Amino acid sequence: MEVFLQQLVNGITLGGVYALVALGYTMVYGIIQLINFAHGEIFAAGGYMGVILISWMVAQGYPPFVCLGVALVLAMGYCALLAMAVEKLVYKPLRSSSRLSVLLSALGMSIFLQNGLMLTQGVYDRAYPGEMVRGGFEIGGAMVSYMQIVIVGITVVLLVGLNTLVFKTRVGKAMRATAQDKTMSALVGINASRIISMTFAIGAALACAAGIMVGMYYGSVRYDMGFVLGVKAFSAAVLGGIGNITGAMLGGLIIGMIEVFAAGYISSEYKDVFAFIILIGVLYFMPTGIMGENVDDTRV
Amino acid sequence: MTIPASRKLWLGYAVAMLWLYVLLWPLIGIKPEGLEFATSTEIWAKLAVVSAILLALWQLKQRGVFDFVSRPAQAASQVFTKAADRVPTWIWLVFVLAGALVFPFLTERYAHDVAISVLVYICLGLGLNVVVGMAGLLDLGYIAFYGVGAYTYALLSVHFGLSFWLCLPLAGAFAAVAGCIIGYPTLRMRGDYLAIVTLGFGEIVRIVLNNWMSLTNGPNGILGIKAPGVYWWQDGKVEHIWLGSLEQLYYVILGLAVCTVVAVYRINNSRIGRAFEAVREDQTAAELMGVNTLGIKLLAYAMGAIFGGLAGAFFASRMRFVSPESFTFIESAMVLAMVVLGGMGSIPGVILGALALIALPEIFRGFELYRMFVFGGVMAMMMLFRPKGLWPAKRMGVRSEEKD
Repeated sequence: MEVFLQQLVNGITLGGVYALVALGYTMVYGIIQLINFAHGEIFAAGGYMGVILISWMVAQGYPPFVCLGVALVLAMGYCALLAMAVEKLVYKPLRSSSRLSVLLSALGMSIFLQNGLMLTQGVYDRAYPGEMVRGGFEIGGAMVSYMQIVIVGITVVLLVGLNTLVFKTRVGKAMRATAQDKTMSALVGINASRIISMTFAIGAALACAAGIMVGMYYGSVRYDMGFVLGVKAFSAAVLGGIGNITGAMLGGLIIGMIEVFAAGYISSEYKDVFAFIILIGVLYFMPTGIMGENVDDTRV
Repeated sequence: MTIPASRKLWLGYAVAMLWLYVLLWPLIGIKPEGLEFATSTEIWAKLAVVSAILLALWQLKQRGVFDFVSRPAQAASQVFTKAADRVPTWIWLVFVLAGALVFPFLTERYAHDVAISVLVYICLGLGLNVVVGMAGLLDLGYIAFYGVGAYTYALLSVHFGLSFWLCLPLAGAFAAVAGCIIGYPTLRMRGDYLAIVTLGFGEIVRIVLNNWMSLTNGPNGILGIKAPGVYWWQDGKVEHIWLGSLEQLYYVILGLAVCTVVAVYRINNSRIGRAFEAVREDQTAAELMGVNTLGIKLLAYAMGAIFGGLAGAFFASRMRFVSPESFTFIESAMVLAMVVLGGMGSIPGVILGALALIALPEIFRGFELYRMFVFGGVMAMMMLFRPKGLWPAKRMGVRSEEKD
């Protein structure tokens, strides 16, 4: 029971992070049917931006929570700019070419960004300064660290924020309309280009927050950490139903849980395999996911 | 180009450069010791100047300033292409093959080593070309078949002492079976899901190789794999010798590569090749014409896997050692980059791509670290500026939209 509770706590923490990254995949796929391979690298770039900003601010002597908050906001802005640059540079000019070419250029961009991070930040792990949030408490034999509370807290705030943005505001309405039918939404005066750009920016900001939290949770970041996590997050997006925002959140949570429990009860060496197996199983037996997909299949 | 258009272009350039600085500086300039601007500004200034020059040259070219050079050059190249076209293709092939055959006599050990790598990647590239180029299925886990082939030979050689020549077809067969196992559940999926699923499968194969200690010896790999052996005249009588030296291995892989080229060429010009193309261009139309699309896709997948498996068996015999380290995603991406760079579906293109991606980095040894960085950038840019590759594939028949 203690192990179970402990894994539950860990699973929620990890699942929240997957959900944040999965949202970027699902929103981009929903609008332009592109598996944005570079998204995992945006996540890694977020982790690095976090370590860079937090180390600098800690060295200046600011209190930990101020460091974390400011770094989170600045890094999210940075990643949004990065994703928009990638979108403008390589995805936008290819919007009318074949899916294979867009997919290949996305893959090229992913390799490019990953190695760009390696060249500027080095091949080795980069450690987060000290423990930002120390201590924890016990519930029924399971250790819950304050760090996990902070991570889950930030995740919940971001997810609620995104939900409000997408389902309650004018911009969100425009985004949903574009995802449903680009031609029709263009006819009623929605600037599809701007909406697509914004979708990339929002997805990147969420992935960036996830990157910082993963960095803090495990204590360090590495230039290639976005690759495996990216595939898992994409699995989460597919599991929830691609293009479906609520589905991506749920899918992330489920994938996180499955990974943690599989690592705890079955085998920790094969923990990365389970996410892939789920992905393949879902695509085979239930290609539209749990919540149903929401994709505009027309091409502009 | 009109003046407003030109102004818009340079305004776009200025915005892009500003954006670049904002993205570049935090990565380089923020350090725990303090903020620093010199390094990032220097790199940024270099990039800005180079791109400004390129942009200016492009603009001048659009204006027709370089016509006095480009027109005669174009005319000359046309004359040259015509002259080259008049020589039958088989003469060119004989030249290339003769060059490849005498290559080891003219060069040193290091060059042999590079040449062997190039030939291995040519085999891999051609195999992937069947899947990606001909059938249009994006496979990001192709290196798994290379791994299956390598481990097949390694295990059979170490445990049962089977000969390389016997294991070669076995490696191909095992890879084909692996291809079918992976292909069967995945090939019904939407095109772009296939990419991520194959990527997942590639990783699964690597993780299993890494963790199945009793079979594969995990990350330590398998040592003591034998080189290929043949019976050959030596000192007046026929003896069994091991082809252990680099020249001898070079000829083995050259033979394998030639077989691969011939096989892929024949597939391309067969009924199956046309079915591949039909599936790539329009699956629904292909199905209506009576093509068994799932079967054809599975066949493309298995055929690609066979070439990967053969190349893998050779790789194991050349290195005498295999470990999961050699079969990472980066390798898959490399092979894919070759196919894309050379031209999807084009045999000479893939050979050119393999030469460019393996031999060129050897020349620029000092920039080793920048290799994948440049590949990634080139792959993305190729799709923008030359999506058909350096040596585009010739398409069979005439298309209604090209016919007028």
